[in-house]
Amino acid sequence: MRSYDIVVIGGGPAGLAAAASARKEGIDSILILERDKELGGILNQCIHNGFGLHTFQEELTGPEYAGRFIDIVKELGIPYALHTMVMGISREKVVTAMNREEGMFQIQAGAVILAMGCRERSRGALNIPGYRPAGIFSAGTAQRLVNMEGCMPGREVVILGSGDIGLIMARRMTLEGAKVKVVAELMPYSGGLKRNIVQCLDDYGIPLKLCHTVVDIRGKERLQGITLAQVDEKGRPIPGTQEEYSCDTLLLSVGLIPENELSRDMGVEMDPVTSGPVVNESLETSIPGVFACGNVLHVHDLVDYVSQEAGRAGTNAAAFVRGELHKDSGRTIRIIATEGVRYTVPRYIDDARMERLLTVRFRVGAVFRDSYISVYYNDERVMHRKKRIMAPGEMEEVVLQKEKTASYPDLERITIKIEKE
Amino acid sequence: MYDICIIGAGVTGCAVARELSRYEAKVCVIEKCEDVCCGTSKANSAIVHAGFDAPEGSLMARMNVEGNRMMDRLARELDFPFRRNGSLVVCMNEEDLPGLQALYDRGMKNGVEGLRILSGEEAREMEPNLSDALAGALYAPSGGIVCPFGMTIALAENANVNGVEFQFDTEVVKIRKEEQYYGIETNRGLVESRYVVNAAGVYADVIHNMVSGRKIKITPRRGDYYLLDHSAGNHVTRTIFQLPTRLGKGVLVSPTVHGNLIVGPTAIDVEDREGTNTTREGMDELAVKAGMTVKNLPLGQVITSFAGLRAHEEGHEFIIGEAEDAKQFIDAAGIESPGLSSAPAIGVMVAKLLRERMGLWEKEGFIPERKGILNPAELGMEERNALIREKPAYGTIVCRCESVTEGELIDAIHRPVGARSLDGIKRRTRTGMGRCQAGFCSPRTMEILARELGMGMEEITKCGGSSAVVMGRTKESMGKGGQGL
Repeated sequence: MRSYDIVVIGGGPAGLAAAASARKEGIDSILILERDKELGGILNQCIHNGFGLHTFQEELTGPEYAGRFIDIVKELGIPYALHTMVMGISREKVVTAMNREEGMFQIQAGAVILAMGCRERSRGALNIPGYRPAGIFSAGTAQRLVNMEGCMPGREVVILGSGDIGLIMARRMTLEGAKVKVVAELMPYSGGLKRNIVQCLDDYGIPLKLCHTVVDIRGKERLQGITLAQVDEKGRPIPGTQEEYSCDTLLLSVGLIPENELSRDMGVEMDPVTSGPVVNESLETSIPGVFACGNVLHVHDLVDYVSQEAGRAGTNAAAFVRGELHKDSGRTIRIIATEGVRYTVPRYIDDARMERLLTVRFRVGAVFRDSYISVYYNDERVMHRKKRIMAPGEMEEVVLQKEKTASYPDLERITIKIEKE
Repeated sequence: MYDICIIGAGVTGCAVARELSRYEAKVCVIEKCEDVCCGTSKANSAIVHAGFDAPEGSLMARMNVEGNRMMDRLARELDFPFRRNGSLVVCMNEEDLPGLQALYDRGMKNGVEGLRILSGEEAREMEPNLSDALAGALYAPSGGIVCPFGMTIALAENANVNGVEFQFDTEVVKIRKEEQYYGIETNRGLVESRYVVNAAGVYADVIHNMVSGRKIKITPRRGDYYLLDHSAGNHVTRTIFQLPTRLGKGVLVSPTVHGNLIVGPTAIDVEDREGTNTTREGMDELAVKAGMTVKNLPLGQVITSFAGLRAHEEGHEFIIGEAEDAKQFIDAAGIESPGLSSAPAIGVMVAKLLRERMGLWEKEGFIPERKGILNPAELGMEERNALIREKPAYGTIVCRCESVTEGELIDAIHRPVGARSLDGIKRRTRTGMGRCQAGFCSPRTMEILARELGMGMEEITKCGGSSAVVMGRTKESMGKGGQGL
């Protein structure tokens, strides 16, 4: 069996950044496994700009952003296999993969970095009643058809869900000559970035209807129309608010789900809120030497944060390979997400392994105005930062200091919550 | 001129076609959709019933029990997924226990083997997720589950290999009785045949009434279903029915042969023979009813919901045989549940009738076996690698949720009665049937279909007709030659 010090599952932005940083840490034996025909992952179909403002201080398109990391990986001479699907990973870190050239093969990994990304929630999972005609796409599938295949999914479009891909596709379809009639969002707030609402909907006069959902789908062969209805605070359609739209295309942008089949099969502990693995300060899962980063860990808003996070996963995987990561062991401190905070990444901190500054990322569960992000060490509030607005579509963060954490000898739990004052 | 023309390529029509393909006769199947298995056969509970439901002495009871008994051999011969997982009819109230006994008695009279009445505790021991309020259950070890697509497609392929012709996108408009034969007018021209078999499902009354004065009426009875992810597939291991009570017939919860969990159906009579739309009310009803017998049902893991139409005939009995006032016209009508279970027996019954009526001879060289699409996941690693070396397409995964390779898609397209649409591929290979519901694989499947069939991407349909997946190319709005805008 071949063996590599580090095997990276997925050659998207997370996998590329993780591999690059592990190499820079001196690990020579790294292999990236990618199922698609090229490196870059979903960024290859994201031809709009707006990527890389944090990382490169300039606005890049998705393929350009991916290209920068692909160049780094190539310069560093990190091997990668394309068209290669990982079929399974054992707890002993034996990776089983398959491609046309080599068939099924196994690799013994010293450490594994999970970087498989995420997928889109489907119509089926939403239980939208009605017919099941052609013309219903997840927004990302439509994006692939338009940007990679040169095909028009349709001409008259309704979009359900205001996730970023849906917003981007509202603009993209408009630019391709389609009529985007409305974007409907079940929640009272958008699931996407503010800047995308402005640049993709407002600039093109596309209405966004909050607290609305699709309650019927018509058309037996090709989609002919849908019915929208307003929903109450529990998400139930309000009788009498139905509006019919004729359309040949319905795009769904109703949530992303980390793609963790491999992680689950290998027995990694999962977080039911993020649908990603539970990780510690080192982005290490419940299986030592198995790390996770990017959208497979939790769905990110900006790819810049994916790259940052993945870089840390690569560094820590390198430390694991060198036998340094688990050398010191301190207290295990839980991080608790509550009162408006839906989850945190990481969920646990070993304060001996913690870096000098540790970024904890999270999302809020509703829109908060003029509120405070508060951090408690046990029952003592140690951080209290005011934010004008926080929304579920954008990630938030707090930075913990190792020094400060060390000065609390009885620290068992760190609580992060949103407070009005 | 055909000897026999079968109208309808559902499981009944295909079962009849396969049985007739044993004989020296020129047989065709005409189907209004673009593929086999596009109507009732594609959207049902996928259950092989034991046979205790239908009234004693009815044709339905006989066909059900006979069909059930034939299923092991047929599944072996034709290589489609079938499993005898056993079924339980559960009874929630002490006062309804006599109903359970009546079902047992009827089953015994119908010839169902191995029936046993269990206490609530015994049943819960078999199925820990049954409701705590259980009063008793009827256990039928001969109950089974089958892949309805796999079965119908297998029957069609085998019939085709043995000489039966299939004509798709062919809708019957009118049937004229000539002296010695029938002239079947379709949207694609005239089909002439000495004998006609009416296996038109929810349209069987329309077809029958074209030639017979003794009118029948089929009511489409809609059934909504939930399909749950593999992760919920072990919630129960047997098919769980509810004992029909004054409150209604109840819904079933069952594993499928592919490891999913199915919940359904509702029973709503509709006008529209294509009215396969789900409704909020139907979905809600399922959740409530299924929750009465099975606890902790993980409805959060629903991956799709759908509806099918049963071809309900007013007398709730199969109508199989030559129409009294239309000689040479054989009905296989009113085939609702347990139609799938009965299909093998119906095929034999109709073929026997025609053999005797027409004096058909057995064909030399009839091929009884059919090999399904090779599933590389069932091979060992060495065999699998040998396959990939020979055919590299088996090394590329197209559908990641169900782990389907490109090799399987190519096979599905080029085998007899091959796939021509996304749904055709889906029913033959499960591509797109998994938890992402084709989000990942549909552009890839379209590319493979286009390449293998020599079509453009814009010609690829979901399910034939006007169900094109995409509507032309990008930049078309800019006009020809890059002008405009």
